[in-house]
Amino acid sequence: MLLIQNKQRASVASKRWMKQWPYYVLLAPALIYFLIFHYYPMYGVQIAFKNFLPSKGVWDSPWVGFAHFERFFNSYYFWTLIKNTVFISLYQLAFFPASILVALSINELRNDFFKKWVQTITYAPHFISTVVISGMIISFLSPFSGIVNKLIEAIGGGAIPFMTDPAWFKSVYVISGEWQNFGWGAIIYLAALAGINPELHEAAMVDGASRFKRIFYINVPGILPVIVILFILNMGSFISLGFEKIILLQNAMNMDSSDVIQTYVYRAGIQDAQYSFASAVGLFNSAVNIMLLVTFNQIARRLNDTSLW
Amino acid sequence: MREITADKAFNISNMIFILFLLAIVCYPLLYIISASISDPIAVNSGRMWLWPIGVSWEGYKRVLQSAEIWTGYRNTIVYTLLGTAINLLVTLPCAYALSKKKLIGGKVVMMLLLFTMFFQGGIIPSYLVVKQLHMVNTIWAIMIPQAAAVWYIIVTMTFFRNTIPQELEEAAEIDGCSVFGVFLRIVLPLSAPIIAVMGLFYGVGHWNEYFTALLYLSNENLYPLQLVLRKILILNQMSSMLSSVKDPLVLAEQARIAEIVKYAVMIVASLPMLIAYPFLQRFFIKGVFIGSLKS
Repeated sequence: MLLIQNKQRASVASKRWMKQWPYYVLLAPALIYFLIFHYYPMYGVQIAFKNFLPSKGVWDSPWVGFAHFERFFNSYYFWTLIKNTVFISLYQLAFFPASILVALSINELRNDFFKKWVQTITYAPHFISTVVISGMIISFLSPFSGIVNKLIEAIGGGAIPFMTDPAWFKSVYVISGEWQNFGWGAIIYLAALAGINPELHEAAMVDGASRFKRIFYINVPGILPVIVILFILNMGSFISLGFEKIILLQNAMNMDSSDVIQTYVYRAGIQDAQYSFASAVGLFNSAVNIMLLVTFNQIARRLNDTSLW
Repeated sequence: MREITADKAFNISNMIFILFLLAIVCYPLLYIISASISDPIAVNSGRMWLWPIGVSWEGYKRVLQSAEIWTGYRNTIVYTLLGTAINLLVTLPCAYALSKKKLIGGKVVMMLLLFTMFFQGGIIPSYLVVKQLHMVNTIWAIMIPQAAAVWYIIVTMTFFRNTIPQELEEAAEIDGCSVFGVFLRIVLPLSAPIIAVMGLFYGVGHWNEYFTALLYLSNENLYPLQLVLRKILILNQMSSMLSSVKDPLVLAEQARIAEIVKYAVMIVASLPMLIAYPFLQRFFIKGVFIGSLKS
């Protein structure tokens, strides 16, 4: 009896497979891509615990345990890298509400044409390349010909060497990033605001609630789940900063303030070819990110019933 | 009545806030445009601060004469077109297959993809894979390691699920159409909006990408525009646009125009985006909206 059932089940499965194999042909390119370029590097990350010798390959290189991690934790730059990474991340986090504020504000515009126009302009900078943005920053902030310093001088101040003074680096990096992305970040909140039931507003208006009150008691709670989700995702990449931009803005003079874990990985791994050591540092970075993501996801689930999984 | 005055005050302060936002976004952009066509002395001295002074095309002339810029432009166009084509060839079929909720193992594949959003081997192991495949210093290193993005696959999959009528596909199957036939003849023709959105997102990504090229390319003939820009804007190496004569007079002249050349370079490099942007932004919003529906 069981045997027959199993056979039937097997034949059902094989029938389904006969119908479904073409989908796997469609999936194949993506699967192969992800296996080679995402999963194979995860296998390769074991070189963080080995002394990688290109001649021997990943598998046959000798194990060294946590030696690379120890070297990193004990190095004199370890705390500088951690400090810079955490400070810049916290600084960025302080601007997390900016896009929410902008979205709430744009959402209150009554003229639809003007509203669209404002959106279009505010998210345009998002499409400027990192290299051009960095070039703009360097040119604008030049102590000799930069317009920012010319304006400071015009109101009676002295030129500030923004790019070579370590004290300024973090502000330059974070504020320029905010300039580029606040409008783009607002789009998702605007979409969420558009989904709020207009009847809620009508009812509140009948009760005599002012616009400010309606924003505070209807709009903000309405988009809270979206805020929480984005916040969790944000925490998941807490210490993976936009290091591509940092590399461009970094120079010998501001290194003390601008060097973060990932720029260090790039220099040690790609420029100095210390593959194993740099992989170990990179792995440490990913591990911290995952821990932050899981932690904040748990917290959000407890507090708010909103979570990624 | 008090409420209405409160609302009026609110509207006014809101409008001031919006105008402030518009100003801080527009000012730098306007400044670049003005600076790129102004008299270099007026720019360097800070006399030019909003509208161009003493129109001069010197900057653009230097940029357009530079062989490096042209090579970079050509390479970037190739990488963008070819790269985007590869992205679509990988993303669309995969998203279609995953859009079938009954697909055996579909959930497992989805988990496999999602996992890569949160955990990666890191740049060194990835670099070693590309090296092992002998792609370093070839155009493939720019395109193949970025053949698809999980987020875009999810957005596309959501589009397929929500907008392609299931009955249409079933009817075509009954008529003897194969899975491939349904995908090519029914689904794709109905998916023009998502193909456009995905093409634009991937395309903009390729156009603006510099780090992959920095990582994998050392042959300057293969440099995309962004790496050429990096040399000019960040590293201040402008040999292709300024002569290498050591005559002090020539050097002084070069220092004089260096800044406006940079502003002209920024405009030239962003020009395709500037022209296309007003037309594209409609699509971008759509793309993000479809994505946000999912979450």
